[in-house]
Amino acid sequence: MKGIYTWSAILAIVFASVIGDVLLARAMKQVGDVGALWRRAGLGIVIGRTLGNPNFLFGVAAMAVAFFSLLFALSWGDVSLVAPAAASLTFIGNAIAAKIFLHERVDQRRWIAAGLVAAGVALLAG
Amino acid sequence: MFAAAGDSMLSHGMKQTGSISLNHLQGVIYAVLNPWVAIGILLLLAFFATYMTALSWADLTYVLPATSLGYVMLALVARFVLHEHVSPLRWLGIALITGGVGFVAGGPELTKHPHGDAPVGKPCVAASPLLAKDARNGAPGVEV
Repeated sequence: MKGIYTWSAILAIVFASVIGDVLLARAMKQVGDVGALWRRAGLGIVIGRTLGNPNFLFGVAAMAVAFFSLLFALSWGDVSLVAPAAASLTFIGNAIAAKIFLHERVDQRRWIAAGLVAAGVALLAG
Repeated sequence: MFAAAGDSMLSHGMKQTGSISLNHLQGVIYAVLNPWVAIGILLLLAFFATYMTALSWADLTYVLPATSLGYVMLALVARFVLHEHVSPLRWLGIALITGGVGFVAGGPELTKHPHGDAPVGKPCVAASPLLAKDARNGAPGVEV
Protein backbone atom coordinates (compact mmCIF):
# COMPACT_ATOMS: atom_id res chain seq x y z
CA MET A 1 0.00 0.00 0.00
CA LYS A 2 2.81 2.31 0.85
CA GLY A 3 4.36 1.48 -2.47
CA ILE A 4 1.32 2.80 -4.29
CA TYR A 5 1.44 6.04 -2.32
CA THR A 6 5.12 6.43 -2.97
CA TRP A 7 4.84 5.76 -6.67
CA SER A 8 1.89 8.06 -7.14
CA ALA A 9 3.80 10.78 -5.35
CA ILE A 10 6.77 10.09 -7.62
CA LEU A 11 4.52 10.36 -10.65
CA ALA A 12 3.14 13.61 -9.28
CA ILE A 13 6.68 14.94 -8.94
CA VAL A 14 7.51 13.94 -12.48
CA PHE A 15 4.34 15.41 -13.96
CA ALA A 16 4.61 18.67 -12.05
CA SER A 17 8.26 19.21 -12.79
CA VAL A 18 7.90 18.35 -16.46
CA ILE A 19 5.02 20.81 -16.74
CA GLY A 20 7.07 23.37 -14.85
CA ASP A 21 10.12 22.90 -17.05
CA VAL A 22 8.12 23.16 -20.25
CA LEU A 23 6.35 26.31 -19.07
CA LEU A 24 9.61 27.90 -17.94
CA ALA A 25 11.32 27.04 -21.21
CA ARG A 26 8.43 28.52 -23.14
CA ALA A 27 8.44 31.63 -20.97
CA MET A 28 12.14 32.20 -21.56
CA LYS A 29 11.73 31.69 -25.30
CA GLN A 30 9.11 34.43 -25.19
CA VAL A 31 11.35 36.70 -23.17
CA GLY A 32 14.10 36.08 -25.70
CA ASP A 33 17.86 35.93 -25.35
CA VAL A 34 18.49 37.32 -21.90
CA GLY A 35 22.05 38.44 -22.67
CA ALA A 36 21.02 40.43 -25.71
CA LEU A 37 18.00 41.92 -23.98
CA TRP A 38 20.11 42.90 -20.99
CA ARG A 39 22.59 44.78 -23.15
CA ARG A 40 19.81 46.45 -25.08
CA ALA A 41 17.31 47.29 -22.37
CA GLY A 42 18.92 46.72 -18.99
CA LEU A 43 18.53 44.18 -16.22
CA GLY A 44 15.31 45.72 -14.91
CA ILE A 45 13.52 45.05 -18.18
CA VAL A 46 14.80 41.47 -18.23
CA ILE A 47 13.57 40.78 -14.71
CA GLY A 48 10.30 42.62 -15.24
CA ARG A 49 9.55 40.82 -18.47
CA THR A 50 10.40 37.44 -16.97
CA LEU A 51 8.39 37.91 -13.78
CA GLY A 52 5.50 39.38 -15.75
CA ASN A 53 5.30 36.38 -18.06
CA PRO A 54 2.28 34.23 -17.15
CA ASN A 55 4.05 31.07 -18.34
CA PHE A 56 6.87 31.82 -15.96
CA LEU A 57 4.50 32.23 -13.02
CA PHE A 58 2.63 29.01 -13.81
CA GLY A 59 5.95 27.27 -14.31
CA VAL A 60 7.15 28.33 -10.89
CA ALA A 61 3.84 27.24 -9.38
CA ALA A 62 4.25 23.82 -11.02
CA MET A 63 7.77 23.61 -9.60
CA ALA A 64 6.37 24.37 -6.15
CA VAL A 65 3.84 21.56 -6.58
CA ALA A 66 6.69 19.26 -7.59
CA PHE A 67 8.64 20.26 -4.50
CA PHE A 68 5.77 19.53 -2.13
CA SER A 69 5.09 16.23 -3.92
CA LEU A 70 8.71 15.43 -3.22
CA LEU A 71 8.16 16.11 0.47
CA PHE A 72 5.13 13.80 0.43
CA ALA A 73 7.01 11.11 -1.46
CA LEU A 74 9.89 11.31 1.00
CA SER A 75 7.53 10.92 3.91
CA TRP A 76 6.15 7.71 2.38
CA GLY A 77 9.17 6.17 0.73
CA ASP A 78 12.93 5.91 0.98
CA VAL A 79 15.17 8.60 -0.41
CA SER A 80 17.11 5.91 -2.24
CA LEU A 81 14.02 5.05 -4.24
CA VAL A 82 12.30 8.42 -4.57
CA ALA A 83 15.25 10.58 -5.60
CA PRO A 84 16.61 8.50 -8.49
CA ALA A 85 13.19 7.43 -9.75
CA ALA A 86 11.82 10.96 -9.83
CA ALA A 87 14.97 12.48 -11.30
CA SER A 88 15.48 10.00 -14.11
CA LEU A 89 11.79 9.80 -15.05
CA THR A 90 11.75 13.58 -15.20
CA PHE A 91 14.52 13.53 -17.82
CA ILE A 92 12.61 11.11 -20.02
CA GLY A 93 9.35 12.96 -19.51
CA ASN A 94 10.99 16.26 -20.39
CA ALA A 95 12.37 14.92 -23.65
CA ILE A 96 8.89 13.73 -24.64
CA ALA A 97 7.20 16.93 -23.49
CA ALA A 98 9.75 19.16 -25.22
CA LYS A 99 9.09 17.35 -28.46
CA ILE A 100 5.32 17.53 -28.17
CA PHE A 101 4.76 20.94 -26.60
CA LEU A 102 7.84 22.96 -27.49
CA HIS A 103 8.30 21.50 -30.97
CA GLU A 104 11.95 20.96 -30.28
CA ARG A 105 13.67 18.67 -32.73
CA VAL A 106 14.46 15.79 -30.44
CA ASP A 107 16.61 13.67 -32.72
CA GLN A 108 18.29 10.37 -32.04
CA ARG A 109 21.25 12.10 -30.47
CA ARG A 110 19.05 13.76 -27.89
CA TRP A 111 17.06 10.64 -27.14
CA ILE A 112 20.27 8.77 -26.49
CA ALA A 113 21.50 11.61 -24.33
CA ALA A 114 18.27 11.68 -22.34
CA GLY A 115 18.45 7.93 -21.87
CA LEU A 116 22.10 7.97 -20.80
CA VAL A 117 21.59 10.83 -18.39
CA ALA A 118 18.47 9.23 -16.92
CA ALA A 119 20.33 5.96 -16.38
CA GLY A 120 23.33 7.77 -14.94
CA VAL A 121 21.21 9.83 -12.57
CA ALA A 122 19.40 6.70 -11.43
CA LEU A 123 22.74 5.04 -10.64
CA LEU A 124 24.18 8.11 -8.93
CA ALA A 125 21.20 9.03 -6.85
CA GLY A 126 20.38 5.45 -5.87
CA MET B 1 30.07 30.90 -26.20
CA PHE B 2 30.58 27.21 -25.70
CA ALA B 3 32.98 27.83 -22.86
CA ALA B 4 30.66 30.32 -21.29
CA ALA B 5 27.84 27.81 -21.55
CA GLY B 6 29.90 25.04 -20.02
CA ASP B 7 31.13 27.31 -17.30
CA SER B 8 27.75 28.57 -16.29
CA MET B 9 26.35 25.05 -16.43
CA LEU B 10 29.11 23.80 -14.19
CA SER B 11 28.78 26.62 -11.75
CA HIS B 12 25.07 26.34 -11.39
CA GLY B 13 25.44 22.63 -11.15
CA MET B 14 27.73 23.26 -8.22
CA LYS B 15 25.34 25.69 -6.70
CA GLN B 16 22.44 23.36 -7.08
CA THR B 17 24.21 20.44 -5.51
CA GLY B 18 25.46 22.60 -2.69
CA SER B 19 22.06 23.76 -1.72
CA ILE B 20 20.49 20.36 -2.14
CA SER B 21 22.84 18.69 0.26
CA LEU B 22 22.52 21.55 2.71
CA ASN B 23 18.77 21.37 2.63
CA HIS B 24 18.91 17.69 3.32
CA LEU B 25 21.22 18.19 6.24
CA GLN B 26 19.31 20.95 7.87
CA GLY B 27 15.73 19.97 7.35
CA VAL B 28 13.78 21.95 4.90
CA ILE B 29 11.07 23.98 6.48
CA TYR B 30 12.00 25.54 9.74
CA ALA B 31 15.69 26.12 9.46
CA VAL B 32 15.44 29.10 7.15
CA LEU B 33 17.19 31.32 9.64
CA ASN B 34 20.18 29.05 9.77
CA PRO B 35 22.98 30.75 7.82
CA TRP B 36 23.86 27.58 5.88
CA VAL B 37 20.31 27.22 4.70
CA ALA B 38 20.15 30.89 3.83
CA ILE B 39 23.30 30.51 1.74
CA GLY B 40 21.80 27.42 0.19
CA ILE B 41 18.67 29.32 -0.76
CA LEU B 42 20.71 32.16 -2.23
CA LEU B 43 22.73 29.70 -4.28
CA LEU B 44 19.55 28.02 -5.41
CA LEU B 45 18.24 31.38 -6.59
CA ALA B 46 21.49 31.97 -8.47
CA PHE B 47 21.15 28.54 -10.03
CA PHE B 48 17.60 29.36 -11.05
CA ALA B 49 18.63 32.65 -12.64
CA THR B 50 21.41 31.05 -14.70
CA TYR B 51 19.11 28.18 -15.63
CA MET B 52 16.54 30.66 -16.92
CA THR B 53 19.23 32.50 -18.85
CA ALA B 54 20.36 29.30 -20.50
CA LEU B 55 16.77 28.42 -21.37
CA SER B 56 16.39 31.78 -23.08
CA TRP B 57 18.83 30.81 -25.81
CA ALA B 58 18.93 27.02 -25.82
CA ASP B 59 16.50 24.14 -26.06
CA LEU B 60 15.11 22.47 -22.99
CA THR B 61 16.45 19.17 -24.25
CA TYR B 62 19.87 20.79 -24.48
CA VAL B 63 19.89 22.57 -21.13
CA LEU B 64 18.55 19.72 -19.02
CA PRO B 65 21.25 17.14 -19.73
CA ALA B 66 23.82 19.86 -19.26
CA THR B 67 22.49 20.75 -15.83
CA SER B 68 22.72 17.11 -14.87
CA LEU B 69 26.49 17.64 -14.74
CA GLY B 70 25.56 18.94 -11.30
CA TYR B 71 25.10 15.35 -10.14
CA VAL B 72 28.57 14.55 -11.41
CA MET B 73 30.01 17.54 -9.59
CA LEU B 74 28.24 16.43 -6.42
CA ALA B 75 29.83 13.00 -6.65
CA LEU B 76 33.27 14.45 -7.35
CA VAL B 77 32.95 16.87 -4.44
CA ALA B 78 31.91 13.99 -2.22
CA ARG B 79 34.92 12.00 -3.35
CA PHE B 80 37.66 14.60 -3.26
CA VAL B 81 36.52 17.17 -0.71
CA LEU B 82 34.55 15.08 1.72
CA HIS B 83 36.64 11.93 1.04
CA GLU B 84 33.58 9.76 0.81
CA HIS B 85 33.71 6.40 -0.86
CA VAL B 86 32.26 6.44 -4.37
CA SER B 87 31.17 2.97 -5.43
CA PRO B 88 31.92 1.54 -8.91
CA LEU B 89 28.21 1.72 -9.70
CA ARG B 90 28.28 5.44 -9.08
CA TRP B 91 31.35 5.89 -11.22
CA LEU B 92 29.39 4.13 -13.94
CA GLY B 93 26.57 6.61 -13.38
CA ILE B 94 29.02 9.49 -13.68
CA ALA B 95 30.36 8.05 -16.91
CA LEU B 96 26.84 7.65 -18.32
CA ILE B 97 25.86 11.22 -17.48
CA THR B 98 29.07 12.61 -18.89
CA GLY B 99 28.60 10.58 -22.03
CA GLY B 100 25.04 11.77 -22.38
CA VAL B 101 26.03 15.39 -21.96
CA GLY B 102 28.79 14.89 -24.50
CA PHE B 103 26.20 13.52 -26.89
CA VAL B 104 24.08 16.63 -26.69
CA ALA B 105 26.88 19.15 -26.53
CA GLY B 106 29.02 17.45 -29.12
CA GLY B 107 27.50 17.60 -32.54
CA PRO B 108 26.15 20.43 -34.63
CA GLU B 109 23.10 20.43 -32.39
CA LEU B 110 24.62 23.07 -30.22
CA THR B 111 24.60 25.82 -32.80
CA LYS B 112 21.88 24.35 -34.91
CA HIS B 113 19.33 24.10 -32.22
CA PRO B 114 19.13 27.47 -30.53
CA HIS B 115 19.07 28.99 -33.99
CA GLY B 116 18.05 25.76 -35.62
CA ASP B 117 14.59 26.48 -34.37
CA ALA B 118 14.73 29.60 -36.47
CA PRO B 119 14.27 28.09 -39.95
CA VAL B 120 11.41 25.95 -38.79
CA GLY B 121 10.96 28.24 -35.92
CA LYS B 122 10.43 31.61 -37.49
CA PRO B 123 6.78 30.80 -37.49
CA CYS B 124 7.34 28.69 -34.41
CA VAL B 125 8.81 31.47 -32.30
CA ALA B 126 6.02 33.73 -33.39
CA ALA B 127 3.45 31.08 -32.74
CA SER B 128 4.53 29.93 -29.32
CA PRO B 129 3.34 33.01 -27.42
CA LEU B 130 0.03 32.76 -29.16
CA LEU B 131 -0.10 29.09 -28.51
CA ALA B 132 0.49 29.63 -24.86
CA LYS B 133 -1.74 32.57 -24.32
CA ASP B 134 -5.01 32.31 -26.10
CA ALA B 135 -6.77 29.24 -27.26
CA ARG B 136 -8.00 30.62 -30.54
CA ASN B 137 -4.49 31.20 -31.77
CA GLY B 138 -3.37 27.95 -30.24
CA ALA B 139 -4.57 25.85 -33.14
CA PRO B 140 -2.32 27.34 -35.84
CA GLY B 141 0.51 27.18 -33.38
CA VAL B 142 0.07 23.48 -32.91
CA GLU B 143 0.24 22.89 -36.63
CA VAL B 144 3.64 24.50 -36.75
